[in-house]
Amino acid sequence: MKTALSTLEMRRATSVAEALEILRDEPRMPIAGATDVYVGLNFGTLPELRYLDIWALDELRTITVNEDVLVLGALATYTMMVASALVQERLPMMIEAARQVGGPQIQNRGTIGGNIANGSPAGDSLPVLAACDAVVVLQSAGAERRVKFTEFYTGYRKTVMRRDELVVAVEVPRVSGRQWFRKVGTRAAQAISKVVVAGVRGEGARIAVGSIAPTVIRLTATERALATGSLDEAMVALRGEVNPIDDIRSTADYRKRVTENLVRRFWTETA
Amino acid sequence: MHDPDAPDHDDAPSGLTRRNFLTRAGAAGIAGVAASIPLAAALAEGVPEATDAAPDIPGTVPIALRVNGATLRMRIDPRATLLDTLRESVHLTGTKKGCDHGQCGACTVHVNGERVNSCLRLALMHEGDDITTIEGIGSPDALHPMQAAFVAHDGYQCGYCTSGQIMSAVALMKEPCGPRDSDVKELMSGNICRCGAYPNIVAAIQDVRGNSPMRQG
Ligand SMILES: Cc1cc2nc3c(=O)[nH]c(=O)nc-3n(C[C@H](O)[C@H](O)[C@H](O)COP(=O)(O)OP(=O)(O)OC[C@H]3O[C@@H](n4cnc5c(N)ncnc54)[C@H](O)[C@@H]3O)c2cc1C
Ligand code: FES
Ligand code: FES
Repeated sequence: MKTALSTLEMRRATSVAEALEILRDEPRMPIAGATDVYVGLNFGTLPELRYLDIWALDELRTITVNEDVLVLGALATYTMMVASALVQERLPMMIEAARQVGGPQIQNRGTIGGNIANGSPAGDSLPVLAACDAVVVLQSAGAERRVKFTEFYTGYRKTVMRRDELVVAVEVPRVSGRQWFRKVGTRAAQAISKVVVAGVRGEGARIAVGSIAPTVIRLTATERALATGSLDEAMVALRGEVNPIDDIRSTADYRKRVTENLVRRFWTETA
Repeated sequence: MHDPDAPDHDDAPSGLTRRNFLTRAGAAGIAGVAASIPLAAALAEGVPEATDAAPDIPGTVPIALRVNGATLRMRIDPRATLLDTLRESVHLTGTKKGCDHGQCGACTVHVNGERVNSCLRLALMHEGDDITTIEGIGSPDALHPMQAAFVAHDGYQCGYCTSGQIMSAVALMKEPCGPRDSDVKELMSGNICRCGAYPNIVAAIQDVRGNSPMRQG
């Protein structure tokens, strides 16, 4: 059994409206697929005692296209995205990402909303969303707001989301150009990324990288260099804008080299 | 395959096997699972419904779980995972704990027909769900075809990962999976076998799917 000394109290919401009222009245940590939350609980590192189970909110378990925007409901799981013809058609790089998250058991429960809200810089769907200029839809009781994905994170696992808000969806405008995704980790399955890159090559280039900074980042200088100059110039720009760290999963030098190699590969493979 | 830790059938002369002696003795020392003794007895006797006769223990909460078709009522620590609840309160010890962090797959069970890591689930989140464990898919006298295939292909060595592998493999049969060995390997990637029985596991699954193992990587 667990060694944590705290107790735990759980409420289950059955509709988004009910969930938002509960969050308005008292702070509670939402639990969707629990694949991140429960790891924290098991480690005994999670200070939270009060939870709100949102798994039953079927309204958020949807994948639709609305006015040419792909809308992924917050409770869409990786398994759902992999099986979705709409995601396959519009955002194939998300399918690449989803197939490499954990194993099938994790994919059955892990949600896109959980990946976004959890905000680990290693979250594999995050570079995909950053590269395609997605928009996060947040709701609180009686209110809704939209935040650009690239402005959603303010620091390491910090977001602009308030405690009374839920991520209800993420909107992905039509992506024109070739999509590219690559995750580098210790092994393909069940491993957290050391470097993860998503890129779109259309008019210019849009490149986002996870695991090399406190948040997922867009390589704006590299993108500009690619649009106007050579790949070598882009590499100079890249070295100027990435500054990864050493941590338990990898070293800064390794990450920098791998990021360079991946960006080179993105550019040559999408030529 | 007969899981050595499947619930006991009273085959020892006294009706007390080594396993149920150990688990009952162990349970007696664990606060918060007081209901487990009558539950285990009820399961062994094949009684589908059990109510908690044990006194309330402060901090525990009542819960009704549907496990392998039977509704079981008990009181649990609200922090208890589905895995711990299955093993320590329901006394179905076929489901194993390898890592307790979602990484190894030893604890795989089906929730409403879908495979999940029971170590990443709170039991409290599963009232009303249909939970199936390795004990629910076949018995020593009537093996599930997947269990039989694991035996035929020697899909294990120590057997610790095996119930999780089989639960994953049974779920895989209903998932979109290509014909190749590599497709099976991708869909079995959430289950780790430290004995390295992988080739035989893939062979067993391919056999049940009606594909001859292709070994193309
Ligand atoms: C073995 C293992 C392997 C993994 N591998 C990967 C991997 O390869 N790549 C990867 O990116 N991740 C991986 N993960 C992490 C995890 O599976 C994903 O981040 C997943 O998407 C989390 O979704 P969830 O629904 O389970 O989130 P939960 O655990 O339920 O929640 C995570 C956080 O988000 C909050 N939250 C959830 N939903 C909402 C919402 N709608 N609104 C507001 N807040 C919300 C919760 O309060 C919590 O803080 C792995 C986890 C495990 C255990
Ligand atoms: S014990 Fe659950 S995945 Fe290892
Ligand atoms: S058979 Fe020993 S861990 Fe798989």
